[in-house]
Amino acid sequence: MLDAYDITVSLGRTQILHGLGFRAQAGQLSAIVGPNGSGKTTLLRAITGDVPFGGSVTLNDADTRALKPWDLAAIRGVLPQSAVLAFPFTVIEVVRLGLQKGLSAAETDISMAALERVSLAHYADRFFQELSGGEQQRVHLARVLAQVWQPVQDGVPHWLLLDEPVASLDIANQLEVMEIARGYANAGGGVVAVMHDLNLTAMFADHVAILSGGRCLAAGHPKEVMTDAILSKAYGCKLQVNTPPHTDTTFVLPHTAQRV
Amino acid sequence: MAADIASQGTSARTVSRRPADRLRRARFAHLVLGLLLICVSVISLTVGATDITLTDALGKIMRGEPLSRMERVVLLDIRLPRLAMGLCVGAALAVSGAVMQGLFRNPLADPGLVGVGAGAGLGAIGAIVLGSFLPVAFIDTFGNQLIPIAAFFGGWITTLLLYRVSTRNGRTSVATMLLAGIALAALAGALSGILVYMADDRQLRDLTFWGLGSLAGASWSKVAAAAPIILLSILAASFLGRGLNGLALGEATAAHIGHSVQRLKNGSILLVAAATGAAVAVSGGIGFIGIVVPHLLRLATGPDHRTLLINAALLGATLLVAADMIARVIIAPAELPIGIITAVLGAPVFLWILLRRRDLVDM
Repeated sequence: MLDAYDITVSLGRTQILHGLGFRAQAGQLSAIVGPNGSGKTTLLRAITGDVPFGGSVTLNDADTRALKPWDLAAIRGVLPQSAVLAFPFTVIEVVRLGLQKGLSAAETDISMAALERVSLAHYADRFFQELSGGEQQRVHLARVLAQVWQPVQDGVPHWLLLDEPVASLDIANQLEVMEIARGYANAGGGVVAVMHDLNLTAMFADHVAILSGGRCLAAGHPKEVMTDAILSKAYGCKLQVNTPPHTDTTFVLPHTAQRV
Repeated sequence: MAADIASQGTSARTVSRRPADRLRRARFAHLVLGLLLICVSVISLTVGATDITLTDALGKIMRGEPLSRMERVVLLDIRLPRLAMGLCVGAALAVSGAVMQGLFRNPLADPGLVGVGAGAGLGAIGAIVLGSFLPVAFIDTFGNQLIPIAAFFGGWITTLLLYRVSTRNGRTSVATMLLAGIALAALAGALSGILVYMADDRQLRDLTFWGLGSLAGASWSKVAAAAPIILLSILAASFLGRGLNGLALGEATAAHIGHSVQRLKNGSILLVAAATGAAVAVSGGIGFIGIVVPHLLRLATGPDHRTLLINAALLGATLLVAADMIARVIIAPAELPIGIITAVLGAPVFLWILLRRRDLVDM
């Protein structure tokens, strides 16, 4: 289980998160949604330890601040929002950077399998910097997958922490990435994803936390919490949630841009 | 599908450059560069202002004949320490360049260019000029090491300041780094100027010799002062490779994949300062080796720091000894300052890197 308890984060004089709580179970895809500036990414960055925070974050019952970087890296991979890379590494070399210590670089099996998982195996020998933004994002996902390749190892669940994993992708790749995340959760791993796309969230997530103004407005199964009232309140505009006939998933329809 | 992709020009180009081969090629380069280093070293022992050659001397030793006094002095007290110092300084400059570039995630970072050399120089000048104010017991104990240690502190403080100024939220701005480097170099230069103004005649003579930027003043005592620091730095650098690779992904991601980023940064900064400080202390600062060597190696064998740092030490040592050889023979019996040779070779490479970088305007 991932348990973020009473999280407060301040950047400069601005308090961004106000004693926020967030829980995610292994075997589930948990989404964090909310409008711009609601604190989604900041919450994820507190969970990954990238920003100083008050409160506590435990991952598989261990305080993340007490774990050594290598031990933490062994149980959770983090996909950042924007991908940077210095120096001309090739795609496969970038994926191998994620491999755990102790695995020899010659063990390309995992890295190649990870690249195949994101459908980019044929780009293995290309220079990373020659790829498009969306492709680079998928290479980084492959690197993260290579890092925590087994969703569960010796009974211990591993975690994918994804910051807007589909932000720069076309619709086919969005679906592919969400399927990868879904598959990881189905295999027993834990997935936490910061999402902008409410429809993909409704389609793939088991659990969603809706943030607004640095607080958690509602959390639960998408069908329970993604309602007209809650979403309209969170985003400050009129939204309508529907279920199309013959399907099980809800979808969110923008109504007007008029602020409510 | 695979055939479609293979038929595209860009892919065909990349097929010849399989990544697994890059690592193997980089490891093979250890061997090639090691052999090259030995060859150049042997030649450098043979070439010089006098026509004493290594082969003659070795022949005499093989035949059991004693070497003449002249041969002994030229080979053992002039050429050999000069070779040893050239190897150490070249390796130190190239490794500290490669580490600094890894730390700043930028191929243009070089201790000589961004003021670290000037900071180390200030430390060295400070030691020469102000050293006489130190207690005699201290000088007796550390006299030989005083200049390298002072140069180390000068380089260390400059590197720390540089990193603080040019890195925000784990990202380094090249423009800020280069500008901060200019400012720090100017400051170090000004302070050095004040020290030179304060110096007496004997100290001025020491300073002039030191500032020549040359291996001409090589002696066993200088080798003894610098070599341990430099060898330790290179040894330490071999442990940084994996971490610097991770740092290429940015500080946050380096931490996510399991690196202790703060320790990595501190280690890199200390190492750059120690190696640059030791090199500057004995050779007065020689430019461009730190930029050219890692850049050439990245082109040839890829940017993987696990192999790059070792190859940089080997190629840096080889290049500097070769440059020193050219400096000694090109206008023999006079000598050209080695800094001129490295600048003539290095400055165009630096400009070439600038021209090749399309993204430079954004940085």
